[in-house]
Amino acid sequence: MSVPPIPSDADAPEPEGLNPRAAEGLRKGQGAEGSVHIEHDHHELSFIRKYIFSTDHKVIGLQFMFTGLVMLGLGGALAMAIRWQLAWPWTQVPVIGELLFPATGGAMSPEFYTMLFTMHGTIMIFFVIIPMLTGAFGNFLIPLMIGAPDMAFPRLNMIGYWAMVPGLCCALASFFVEGGAAAAGWTAYPPLSTIESAAPGSLTGQTLWLLALTFSGVSSMAGAVNYATTVVKMRAPGLTMMRLPLTIWALFISALLQLFALPVLTAVSIEQILDRVAHTGFFTPTNLVVNQMNPEGAVHAAGGQPLLWQHLFWFYSHPAVYIMVVPAMGMASDILATHARKPIFGYKPMAYSMMSIAGLGFIVWGHHMFASGMNPALGMTFMVSTMLIALPSAIKVFNWLGTLWGARIQLTSAMLNAIAFVALFIIGGLSGIWMAATPVDIYIHDTYIIVAHFHYVVFGGSMFAIWAAIYHWFPKMFGRVMDERLGKIHFVGSFIFANCTFYMMHQIGLAGLMRRTADPYAYEVYAHLQPLNEFISISAFCLFLWQFFFVFNFFTSIFRGKRVGRNPWKGTTLEWEAPSPPGHGNFDRELHVYHGPYEYASPLVEEDYLPQTRKVD
Amino acid sequence: MRLLVTLLLVLLSVLGVWTFYTAEENGWWLVDAVTTYAPEIDDLFYLILWLVTFFFIATEGALAWFVFKYSKKDDSKAVYSHGNHTLELWWTLIPAGLLLLIAFKQMGTWADIKYRKNLPTEAPIAHVWASQFDWRIQYPGADGVFGTWDDVESPHLFVVPADENVVFILHSRDVLHSFFVPEFRLKQDAVPGMAIPMWFNVEPEHADRTYDLICAELCGWGHYKMAGRVEVRTREGFDEWMAEQEANVMSNGTEDQS
Repeated sequence: MSVPPIPSDADAPEPEGLNPRAAEGLRKGQGAEGSVHIEHDHHELSFIRKYIFSTDHKVIGLQFMFTGLVMLGLGGALAMAIRWQLAWPWTQVPVIGELLFPATGGAMSPEFYTMLFTMHGTIMIFFVIIPMLTGAFGNFLIPLMIGAPDMAFPRLNMIGYWAMVPGLCCALASFFVEGGAAAAGWTAYPPLSTIESAAPGSLTGQTLWLLALTFSGVSSMAGAVNYATTVVKMRAPGLTMMRLPLTIWALFISALLQLFALPVLTAVSIEQILDRVAHTGFFTPTNLVVNQMNPEGAVHAAGGQPLLWQHLFWFYSHPAVYIMVVPAMGMASDILATHARKPIFGYKPMAYSMMSIAGLGFIVWGHHMFASGMNPALGMTFMVSTMLIALPSAIKVFNWLGTLWGARIQLTSAMLNAIAFVALFIIGGLSGIWMAATPVDIYIHDTYIIVAHFHYVVFGGSMFAIWAAIYHWFPKMFGRVMDERLGKIHFVGSFIFANCTFYMMHQIGLAGLMRRTADPYAYEVYAHLQPLNEFISISAFCLFLWQFFFVFNFFTSIFRGKRVGRNPWKGTTLEWEAPSPPGHGNFDRELHVYHGPYEYASPLVEEDYLPQTRKVD
Repeated sequence: MRLLVTLLLVLLSVLGVWTFYTAEENGWWLVDAVTTYAPEIDDLFYLILWLVTFFFIATEGALAWFVFKYSKKDDSKAVYSHGNHTLELWWTLIPAGLLLLIAFKQMGTWADIKYRKNLPTEAPIAHVWASQFDWRIQYPGADGVFGTWDDVESPHLFVVPADENVVFILHSRDVLHSFFVPEFRLKQDAVPGMAIPMWFNVEPEHADRTYDLICAELCGWGHYKMAGRVEVRTREGFDEWMAEQEANVMSNGTEDQS
């Protein structure tokens, strides 16, 4: 049966709604929840069921995205306050200083500073990057790109979003409790985090922080179960695993990472909560003297091991680092191929390298602990495994470059951000090699070079990939495109300021400046770094303000962007077969997949792309 | 846009390399290396630096070149290629070899500095106690035994002799801290409940200098000001200082000279 391609005229009228029969047929009888079938029959859902407690993966994806964007603003604002303090310590903070710190004439206190970077990291990791990549794009893209009408477990999917909300509330509420929010770093190393007298943030703030983490873990877990099941069970006919777009591979692999790693995080969060409220002794050692007194906890418990937390925390959090970048790699691959009009170079190596990142990701956690006091012999083995995990990343970079070779690149906003992803991920990847090398890490551990490294991966890599993905899939989400001119302005400024901000952190790190210090100039050796810190801070402020172009573009385009049809980028993958935006149930006709995901420039057809569903005789 | 993006990517690599190249004169670079193993660590750092610089220039250069070359307006189709097995093999094997080479090059140095069995045989000169937010250094005093009444306690100031192996034991009384002296290339977390032996050997030409002792692990609101000093003296200078301190303890602090 030959299925003609859908015309991709931008202004072609869209068939409204959805044929429930087609969607029904697509479910291949594998729908896990009967209620979904029923919902197809009565389309008039109440506002609350449609937009708030929705089981539609697209709505849930957008819920994650909007939440993520709002939290991105908050996390960014915290970063600005951090940068103010590092450039001009103990001076009046502009705008909010007088309001927040009337006692000091507007200057922040050191305990406030420790809270700032703790919550900046926490919010960015657990409420921005992970929900954006797996929550927003995982939800929105998986069913669309595999030709499924929805997730395997739509109601679990809804729970996934709503499990994050109490976590978010805990995180936000913690700013207002006595002692303020958690201030023990996003890694929450005990005993600083477990003993209330150790830090103001270790009063109620730390307990709320742990609850926030636990809830966000439950949310990710619900998502991960869903994504893995959906990818395995609900692919359209003909869509073999080796025909999956790399985005789906990446999200599938991240879901597996979460499935194996998250239980550990949940367990240790609960253990730390118990240490704090029930005075158990998982992590609190014997005979502590904190603040000139025996802490409350030590009376009840003893014999805990602070390093146990570090091992277990990083056993989750190192895979989490890959959860924060693997989906970005997948999406960047799709965007690069589409806008380069060329097949991905080395599809299989690309997929295999993501799998090996996931596998190796479980045996490298110790590289966060080279200076921690664990057995140095363990450091040796973790060094070798960490060196090896650089390899799949290198392979991916070479394949992205191979993809661009001989391409017909269209420099759309999406493509620009995807190119920036490659350029900046290279820097983050290369600087990681120093950290893996144990003797070199003795010097650079816990200095700003680490800060530079992970910001190049998470901001330079994941954030630019998220922007690329938003520009690329915005038409599918809202049926309109974002403004290209504003997109380009946003890209150029962001690229310049991000590099001015984060590149220079290598330099202050090489000079030995440790992270998490409220006043670098308390030490003679760092006094000369002030002008450089000033430069970094000003760049960071510009980077923050520059996001106005993105926010403005994003929100105006939702309502006033140019309307487009199903396939504005002439893509080959299945999501472009659905209407823009897709109705409930996604597809209005049956899909059958005949090709791999990247048949661009195929000699079989006249056009420069061959959709996966188009049969060629 | 094509030229602008190419320019941005070229600038990224050129300025990136230039920043590192000029960093030393700007003071944005590794601080002096004064211990016996510090130059070894620096050599390993430079080994990685050269390899990384090569791959940085090569990959960013290729990226800039491809963007420049292949984003011209062109109605013909792109090259239809799904990859190349031989290329994949090479760019897997060469980086794998290099990464393993780097890893193996590091092992000796790491073992020498860190392994307990390679710890110098000298008796520990002091116990270093970290707590929120200060450093206390406990010397054994005249009887050479720790934990007796004549122990010398020095707040914030760790005086050590140059040109010999200095072994000491690191402790924490409360939360995690980290003993960091950048010039020594020495960093180790202090963990409550653990006694961690450490050592260094300052080259004689770097004696008679004082170095910042920095807490490098978040330890609470006062983390930023948990500063100590390490004063490196010649053996004679060290003995002189120690004698003064011991006399001070003997006289029960009545002739406080600190």
